Amino acid sequence: MDSKAKVLAVRQGRYCVQADPAGVLTGTHFLDGDQACCEGALAAGCRFAAGYPITPSTEIVERFAQRAPLVGGIFLQMEDELASSIAIAGAVWAGAKAFTVTSGPGFSLMMEHIGFAVMTETPLVIVDVQRGGPSTGLPTLPGQADMMQARWGSHGDYEIIALSPNSPQECFDLTIDAFNLAEQYRVPVFLMMDECVGHMTEKVVIPPPGEIEIVPRRYTSLPPSQYLPYRADAHGVPEMVRAGDGYPIHITGLTHDERGYPATNYQAQEQLVRRLINKIRQHTDEIVRYEETTLDDAEIVVVAYGITARVAMQAVQMARERGIAAGLLRPIVVWPFLEKRLRELANQARAFVVAEINCGQIVQEVERAVSGRAPVVLVPGAGGAVHHPEEILEAILTHASTREVLR
Amino acid sequence: MSPVEIQISGFGGQGVVLAGMTIGRGLALFEGYNVSLTQSFGPEARGGACSVQLVVSRDPIFYPYITRPSILVTLSQEAYRKFTPRLQEGKDSILLVEEDLVQPGATPPSARIHAVPAMRLAEELGRKMVLNMVVVGFFAAITGLLQPDSAQRAIGESVPQGTQALNLAAFEKGFDCGTRQLTLPT
Repeated sequence: MDSKAKVLAVRQGRYCVQADPAGVLTGTHFLDGDQACCEGALAAGCRFAAGYPITPSTEIVERFAQRAPLVGGIFLQMEDELASSIAIAGAVWAGAKAFTVTSGPGFSLMMEHIGFAVMTETPLVIVDVQRGGPSTGLPTLPGQADMMQARWGSHGDYEIIALSPNSPQECFDLTIDAFNLAEQYRVPVFLMMDECVGHMTEKVVIPPPGEIEIVPRRYTSLPPSQYLPYRADAHGVPEMVRAGDGYPIHITGLTHDERGYPATNYQAQEQLVRRLINKIRQHTDEIVRYEETTLDDAEIVVVAYGITARVAMQAVQMARERGIAAGLLRPIVVWPFLEKRLRELANQARAFVVAEINCGQIVQEVERAVSGRAPVVLVPGAGGAVHHPEEILEAILTHASTREVLR
Repeated sequence: MSPVEIQISGFGGQGVVLAGMTIGRGLALFEGYNVSLTQSFGPEARGGACSVQLVVSRDPIFYPYITRPSILVTLSQEAYRKFTPRLQEGKDSILLVEEDLVQPGATPPSARIHAVPAMRLAEELGRKMVLNMVVVGFFAAITGLLQPDSAQRAIGESVPQGTQALNLAAFEKGFDCGTRQLTLPT
C-alpha cells in the first residue's frame, strides 16, 4: 500500500494549504532526530511550545527556543510538565498550533491534561522521546515502554493517535503529519520517538514550503448566534473558534453538551464519549499507516516500529540470505492499531515475531489481532539498548519451516 | 559496499563531537554516503570519556551503531585504552592517535597507526581549541574517505560564524601532516 496515496485520500475533500515559508528550513541537512522534530513542528506551522527540560527530549525545545523568535513564535519554559501540558492547550484555544516535548517521567505528569485535551477536543501534539523506565530509569538510553501509556495513560475511555518515527528524516516528516492529524480529528497526537532516533544524526531533507501540505485549523464560518462549539460534522469533528473572537465558548473537562455546557448525565456521556471514540475508530482505515517489506511470500512476519524496525529490517535481510521467507510489517501509525492488516497476514504467516524495547506491549495487540491463528513470539528488551539484529534473527530462525543452525 | 565503521574518541571538551559531526556532514551531504552518527558521553561538561560513532555506507543503514570499527581516532589515553581493543584487526584498519596525548602500549594493535601532533599544530595557529579540525584534516588525508573539498564545505557549515577561516587553517595543517606521512617511507 502506498502510504502517500493514502494520506492524500484521507485529505480528499479536506482543506489543505502550503506550509508557511517562514518556518521551513528548506535544504539538505545533517540533523539529529530531536532537531529534525523541531523543524517539523516549525514547518507544520507550530508557533508555540511549552516545556520542561528532560533528557533525551530537551534538544527539541532548545532548538525551538532559538528558532521560534525568528518566525514569530513563542517558547515558554514552564515550572513542570503539568504546566507545560496545559499551557499548550491554552495556546491552542488562543489560536496557535502548539506542542510540548518530554520523556517518561514528564510524560507521566502530563496524563491529566492529555485527558483534558481529549475531552475538550484540543488539537495538540505531544512528543515523547522514550528512554528506559520505570521512574527516572535510564535518562540517556533508549526505550519503547511508553507505548501503552500513550494509549491508556489518562483515565476514562478515549482514542488517540500515535506515530513512531524510525529516523531523523521521519522525525521531521511525522511531526508534520502529527500536527495535521491533530487538526483533522481534533485530538492529541503523540510522536513516540526514542532516545536512539532522537540523538542519532543523519541526512534530513526538508522540502520547499510548496511541497509541504498543512491542515489548517478548521474555524467555523457560522455567526456567533448559530455556532455550537461541540456540534460535530459528518466525520464526528466539530469546528473551532478562537477565544476572544466574540463567540460564546465554554471549555470544560466535565461531560458537556453541544453548547459546551456541563451536562453530567448518562445521555450526554453516551453521546459525547462515543463520538470522541468513534471519530477515531470509524476512521481507523484512513489514519492507519504502515510500511511492508518482502511480505508477499513471507511465512515469518516480523512486526516492529521505530528504531527497532530498522534493526528488524537487518534481521529480515539476514533471514532472506539464509533462504527464509521473512518480511517486515512496520506500523508508522501505532495508534489506532493496524489490526485489519494483521488479520489478513494471519492467513499466510507461520509465525509472527514482535520486537520492541519493552517487555511486551504492542505484542499484546498483535496477539489480539492474530487471535490464536499463528504463534506470536516476543523479542523483548527492558530498555537501555536497541536490539542486536541477531536476537531478532534467532527468533525468525526458530520459527521458520527450514531451520538452519545460526552462524 | 559493506558499511565502514568509524569511531572518534577523546575526552569531553576536545571537540570530539564536532569533529565527528564535520566528518559525518561531509560524507552525508557532499560525498553521497548514507551516514548514521551516534554519540556517547558522560554527564560532565568537560573531561570524561567522549566518543562519536559513524556508520558509513552506500546502502541503507539499518543498525545505527558500530560493532567493530575499522577506523579509530583516539585523542586521549583513556580513549585509547578503552576503545583500541574493539578495533578490527589487520592492516586494513586504521588507528589515528594524538601524538602527545596518547602513548601506544607495549602491544599496539595490528592496524596501520598514524600519530598527529594535533594540539601543537593547533597551538601554532594560536588557538589550541581547533585541534579537532586538525584531526579532521589528518583523518581526511590518511583515510582518503573524505575529499578535502567536501571536508572544507562541511567545516563551513559546522563551526560557529566568524571562525571558519581559523578552522579551515587548522584543517589544512592536519591534512598536510597526513599527506606528508603518506608520502614518506615508513
